[in-house]
Amino acid sequence: MSNPRLWLPLLVFAGLAAAPFLGLGQGHSLTLLARGMIFGLAAVSLMLLVGGAGLVSLGHAAMMGMGAYAVVVLDHAGITEAWMVFPAGILAAALFALLTGAIAIRTSGVHFIMITLAFGQMAFFTTSSLAVYGGDDGYTLFSRTEVFGARWLENRLIFHFVCLGLLVACWALVQVLLESRFGRVLRAARENETRARALGFSPTPYRLLAYVIAGAMGGLAGVLLANSAEFVAPAYLAWQRSGDLLFMVILGGLAGPHGALVGALAFVLVEEWLSHAMEHWRLVFGPLLILCVFFLRGGIVGLLRRG
Amino acid sequence: MNTTLLLVQGLNGLQFGVLLFLVAAGLTLVFGVMDFINLAHGVQYMVGAYLGASLAALTGSFWLGLLLALPAALVFGLVLEFLVFRHLYDRDHLSQVLATFGVILFLNEGVKVVFGAAPMQMPVPELLSGGVPLMDGLLYPTYRLAILAAGLATAALLWFLVERTRAGMLVRAGATNAPMVTALGVDIRRLFMLVFGFGAMLAGFAGVMAAPILSVEPGMGDNLLILAFVVIVIGGIGSVRGAFVAALLVGLVETIGRGLMPDLMRLFMDASSARQTGAALASMLVYIVMAAILAFRPAGLFPARA
Repeated sequence: MSNPRLWLPLLVFAGLAAAPFLGLGQGHSLTLLARGMIFGLAAVSLMLLVGGAGLVSLGHAAMMGMGAYAVVVLDHAGITEAWMVFPAGILAAALFALLTGAIAIRTSGVHFIMITLAFGQMAFFTTSSLAVYGGDDGYTLFSRTEVFGARWLENRLIFHFVCLGLLVACWALVQVLLESRFGRVLRAARENETRARALGFSPTPYRLLAYVIAGAMGGLAGVLLANSAEFVAPAYLAWQRSGDLLFMVILGGLAGPHGALVGALAFVLVEEWLSHAMEHWRLVFGPLLILCVFFLRGGIVGLLRRG
Repeated sequence: MNTTLLLVQGLNGLQFGVLLFLVAAGLTLVFGVMDFINLAHGVQYMVGAYLGASLAALTGSFWLGLLLALPAALVFGLVLEFLVFRHLYDRDHLSQVLATFGVILFLNEGVKVVFGAAPMQMPVPELLSGGVPLMDGLLYPTYRLAILAAGLATAALLWFLVERTRAGMLVRAGATNAPMVTALGVDIRRLFMLVFGFGAMLAGFAGVMAAPILSVEPGMGDNLLILAFVVIVIGGIGSVRGAFVAALLVGLVETIGRGLMPDLMRLFMDASSARQTGAALASMLVYIVMAAILAFRPAGLFPARA
């Protein structure tokens, strides 16, 4: 039981699966849990970059935005079929990640943080100038994505389990990727790039692939987020959202994708609780973040391991 | 677009550029000397604007407000350094980004609590109100010219401090090789506090000067901060000279792009889509410039570390 890498996520997944039957079946708590799972998915994908490849991206919200705006574009064109919407969202984000990643990967450290931030801002400004899709005001979806013409995703319970299923799948994928040869090359290049190169591994293609995979998963999270809120706005791509995602990853701990999962759920729940408890909740949330950085070095997962 | 409009846009761009430089100068020095990413530098600009606006309202004079806001911004920066930033110097960039992000959340909300969510106004001082006729039919606001002059004067002062004084020499040495400076017996922490306080004051100064022409509101520092980061990355981290060149470049590209792009796009498409695409392209322009410069010169135009 000393390693929470496996039992912790399984416990969380079991809890999420049981939640609708434990009195959390009312609309609002299910919406909140869906939000937690969607951000969990995005945080797990960011974890592949930050924890796996050592690439601190401050532009991951743009990946979610690509997915969300893919839903908007298709909705505007009258297409709401899941078999079109989901692949489109994932591909749009992957393509964006490929194009921006090809440039960003050339830099490292602080420059990488800044250039991902810059690309994120580019995407943000682009979406806010798209007057056809509401510009700054955002776009209200005509309806949620349909599956073979059936409005299954309108059902909160079904949507809950769709989110959970995709979250489990992405968590498992990141877990497998990190343990695979691919993940070991990423980690080797993070620890010591010179040695990795000396062993004959050029880190660049590995990092780019990781960036694209993480982007694609971020796009998936964006599709789900658009469906959950039935509304998409440029605020989804704001750099503050990228900061939130990074904080989720760190809050949980960098020990593995389970950290990002726990961090995202904790973040969404604390944010919800605080914003209901008081008007100026950021006055508490900001210092809380600072204190977490000061004292919670291994994240929540690190606490579990010690205790 | 005619010459007059281009001239106005150029002047506006330069004026925005010097404001950017005042914010970016502190950021690049802090970054260069201590390898410390301070996302909260933008809120120091905001705090400066709030301090200036409220002190000017309190004393009834722009000049008294400006005079009192500068030391207040300095003290505020030092307090932040003491409470938060001091504990982050030994940590990785990721921790610094997150903790200073927390400072942003707190202060953006804090000014909302103290000053209210509605934008504050700061009147243009009597002495600098009105306009200067630059050419036939073009009356350019005196205050904007004053900002340009004050910014350039501050840049010159900063150049003198950094290039011609002992403290400036230590700062440059610290940006090039901090461990070596420490080994030579300089208390780099104290040096950093000096740089930090000065940087906070410069950002506050930019805030006060921008207050009469922009609306003073929560979050006003966030967009400027991102642009200031673009500036220091383009200019080369730790280089004041680079920050100056890049700030003027970014200021001009941003301002002229906004004026010119929609017109340029009209050559290729109809009016409404030209306006839309032009606006999108204009906002993206500085980031495209940055990506292009980083792709060819990953260390920026004037890297401090050779």
